[in-house]
Amino acid sequence: MNALLNTLRGNVRQYGMIIALAAIVILFQISTEGVLLKPLNVSNLVVQNAQILILAIGMVIVIVARHIDLSVGSVAAFVGAASAIMMTQYDFPWWLAVFLGLLIGTAIGAWHGFWVAYVGIPAFIVTLASMLLFRGLTLVVLKGATVGGLPEPFKAIGNGFLPEIGPDTGFHNLTLLIAVAAVAVLIVLEVRRRNAQAAYNFDVLPFPLFVTKLVLLTVVIMYFAYLLADARGLPIVGLILGGLIVVYTFIMNRTVFGRHVYAIGGNVDAATMSGVNTKRVDFLVMMNMGLLSGLAGIVTTARLTAANPKAGVNFELDAIAAAFIGGAAVTGGVGTVVGAIIGGLVMGVLNNGMSLLGVSIDWQQAIKGLVLLLAVAFDVWNKRRTAGAGGAGAESAEPSAPPPDKLAEEIEAMEAELSVDAPSDTSKT
Amino acid sequence: MTSPILEMRGITKEFPGVKALSDVNLVVNRGDIHAICGENGAGKSTLMKVLSGVYPHGTYSGDIVFEGETAKFANIRQSEAAGIVIIHQELALIPELSIAENIFLGNETARRGIIDWGRANREAIDLLARVGLRENPLTPVKNLGIGKQQLVEIAKALSKEVKLLILDEPTAALNDDDSQHLLALLEGLKEKGITSIMISHKLNEIEQIADEITIIRDGQSIETLSVAAGGVDEDRIIRGMVGRDLENRFPDHTPAIGDVLFEVRDWTVMHPQDSHREVIRQANLSVRAGEIVGIAGMMGAGRTELARSIFGRSYGSRTSGSLVLDGQELQLSTVTQAIDAGIAYVSEDRKGLGLNLIDDIKTSVTAAALKKLRTGLVVDERKEVVVAEGYRKNLNIKAPSITAGVGKLSGGNQQKVVLSKWMYTDPKLLILDEPTRGIDVGAKYEIYGIIQELARSGRGVLVISSELPELLGLCDRIYTLAEGVITHEFDRSEATQESLMRYMTADARK
Repeated sequence: MNALLNTLRGNVRQYGMIIALAAIVILFQISTEGVLLKPLNVSNLVVQNAQILILAIGMVIVIVARHIDLSVGSVAAFVGAASAIMMTQYDFPWWLAVFLGLLIGTAIGAWHGFWVAYVGIPAFIVTLASMLLFRGLTLVVLKGATVGGLPEPFKAIGNGFLPEIGPDTGFHNLTLLIAVAAVAVLIVLEVRRRNAQAAYNFDVLPFPLFVTKLVLLTVVIMYFAYLLADARGLPIVGLILGGLIVVYTFIMNRTVFGRHVYAIGGNVDAATMSGVNTKRVDFLVMMNMGLLSGLAGIVTTARLTAANPKAGVNFELDAIAAAFIGGAAVTGGVGTVVGAIIGGLVMGVLNNGMSLLGVSIDWQQAIKGLVLLLAVAFDVWNKRRTAGAGGAGAESAEPSAPPPDKLAEEIEAMEAELSVDAPSDTSKT
Repeated sequence: MTSPILEMRGITKEFPGVKALSDVNLVVNRGDIHAICGENGAGKSTLMKVLSGVYPHGTYSGDIVFEGETAKFANIRQSEAAGIVIIHQELALIPELSIAENIFLGNETARRGIIDWGRANREAIDLLARVGLRENPLTPVKNLGIGKQQLVEIAKALSKEVKLLILDEPTAALNDDDSQHLLALLEGLKEKGITSIMISHKLNEIEQIADEITIIRDGQSIETLSVAAGGVDEDRIIRGMVGRDLENRFPDHTPAIGDVLFEVRDWTVMHPQDSHREVIRQANLSVRAGEIVGIAGMMGAGRTELARSIFGRSYGSRTSGSLVLDGQELQLSTVTQAIDAGIAYVSEDRKGLGLNLIDDIKTSVTAAALKKLRTGLVVDERKEVVVAEGYRKNLNIKAPSITAGVGKLSGGNQQKVVLSKWMYTDPKLLILDEPTRGIDVGAKYEIYGIIQELARSGRGVLVISSELPELLGLCDRIYTLAEGVITHEFDRSEATQESLMRYMTADARK
């Protein structure tokens, strides 16, 4: 029980948001009399929120690196517009238009990165300028009109579904297969991670809790897959989104680059003095946001089947809100991709649920605003609480834990290697 | 004439875990210039903060009697109302505002919230005349040199009808002419009946103008010397400042010194914002393999600036001179290059420049040498754990686990994490800037042991410290630095606290 409490306390921010998401889902499930989790509605939920979730992934990285990007909506609109013009007026094949669109997004991101990292202008200003600039350029490119008549394969990016395979079961077979595979991979990874952490003597969930967690995850994924399979199958954007979550979680958790992003967000001066090329990291973070803005633009244009001068308005606000609801810290250094996705889903479910209940758009905005404020207030309160609980006493109360037995030999070898008595290459010339 | 304007009796001020002041007594006579001397960290500034209400009444024990009345200041406004004005070492002027605006900031000549600029400027002209500054009161303060800014600060103090003026290191940033001008001004104010308390490291100036000198050491008032009574010279002051036994606070160490490992030649560094101000002038120094070399200097002498300019030019502008490590001349323009070349710098500012406080021990230890843990793009987590555990055992870092947040560790354990971080980069030269600041005695002993072991392994170690006993106990050789100039080089055998202090307070720019 203590272990459970400790674990919960340690991750209260993340678990808190998952619990909040679950509560919101249950609330709307009841109040909409089951419409929320109808297969078709769940399918819509994914398709309609994909672009915000894509942007939230990039935004949380930008926020962890202590910046902000206000231009993502305008950049998305501009890239969507440019791609549409390429396909309709210049007859570019759809894949080339997509590729060039992503390239344009990346270039715009690099432009931001140049000003932010190398000239030293705050990202707020740079991207505020771009917000205006690219909204204007979108209107120029589209000559103020909506451009439709896009090729079918392009439109499928936004609202297509994976093809069906195998016998007719009444469900979408491929979707179920993917879900089973995903669950299997997830379980293998989680078990391996837990074993490694246990070997390192880190705190791990007690076994029964760990199993409960896996079972819950499996149930949620399979139920979700069942709902999708019962409708039209897994949307293509769903697959893209899933891929992005996996890739970016990996980048942020396991790569040197990810480490550097957290390091400069936590203390940019200390990172500089540790030899981190902070300018390059800032540049790449902003450039990546441009790439994802471009992708979001393509997805939006595809879903709407037309490039629209008003596309992407307020995307930046939704993406920023998603990152903060998902636990990112305004001061930088804190935040996760999965958190931002959960934050984005909270917003998405709120939107969808309130629409189903017939709540007017005005009230939806107001309620979302309050949710954002409460989520961040909770974060601040939680931080203050844990800061008070720590302090000098926390250290002496618990002396050094023994080093992990399973690594004892390796540590001993490393100890000898690290020992200051035996420098590896300091020559005594 | 010699009735005291100020008496501080039995002042004791404690911070969590540290007794900063212990039973300090200070008596300042009316109309005197009273100097306060002491080493860095002796408690001079803390005492002045107690006096001026920065630390409000109730947070310290003891009595302050000012003008015959017991003073209980709750904040700076109250002490200023009573006529006590403090001018801090770091000037508190706002660069973008004009002289007049700065003088009357917080004390505006206003009626119902509307400022009477005509009156403000007229009064500013009068005040500037009193301090001998011929400037238009509408000039933005950023256009003034540092010496003139100091005068604006004093004019600001005069505008508050000051009775007791406290100056913390007023001449630290000034050149000779400006310093002399300022000292003359203080004597002029004295004739007009204004009492001054002056904190300074420049003993020749103190000797020149002070009537009485109170010496503070280790948070205690040691003695008050009367200059008029005679017999007070720099040596006498120094003896009072450092008179303390060297306890057996250092592990045994037999140095094994090799050939010259690192050399700094003709190193000149300009201030990053003011590229004509020399922060370091023509410094030459060397470190041999296995040698611990100390740099002694007062605060503001340029110690950290010297270290950081060496460490990939992370400080300064127009840096000139050369660095030679292991027989090779180094061209360093970034920190990354310095680390790759084999230089490590442990900052004096552990929380600001040393650690990411929201990070855990494991990631902090590997932060400067992630390259060594990289396989492809990925950080090898298993090896990272092994490395962190290795250092935890080696350096005896006391923490529940290597996933503990470094923000929650004690100063000593935080410093061990920082040392681990730099040891893992496998440097040839380590520059340790105040390696034991804010660390308790037990952890200090351990850190001394680590430093000695690092030297024994053939590395060169450069130690910057404000604590002279630390340098004398640890170093094989010591350079003294004053006003950015290396004033002397001492062998361990010939250095004493007194001799070091003499060269640290020397007038180096002549």
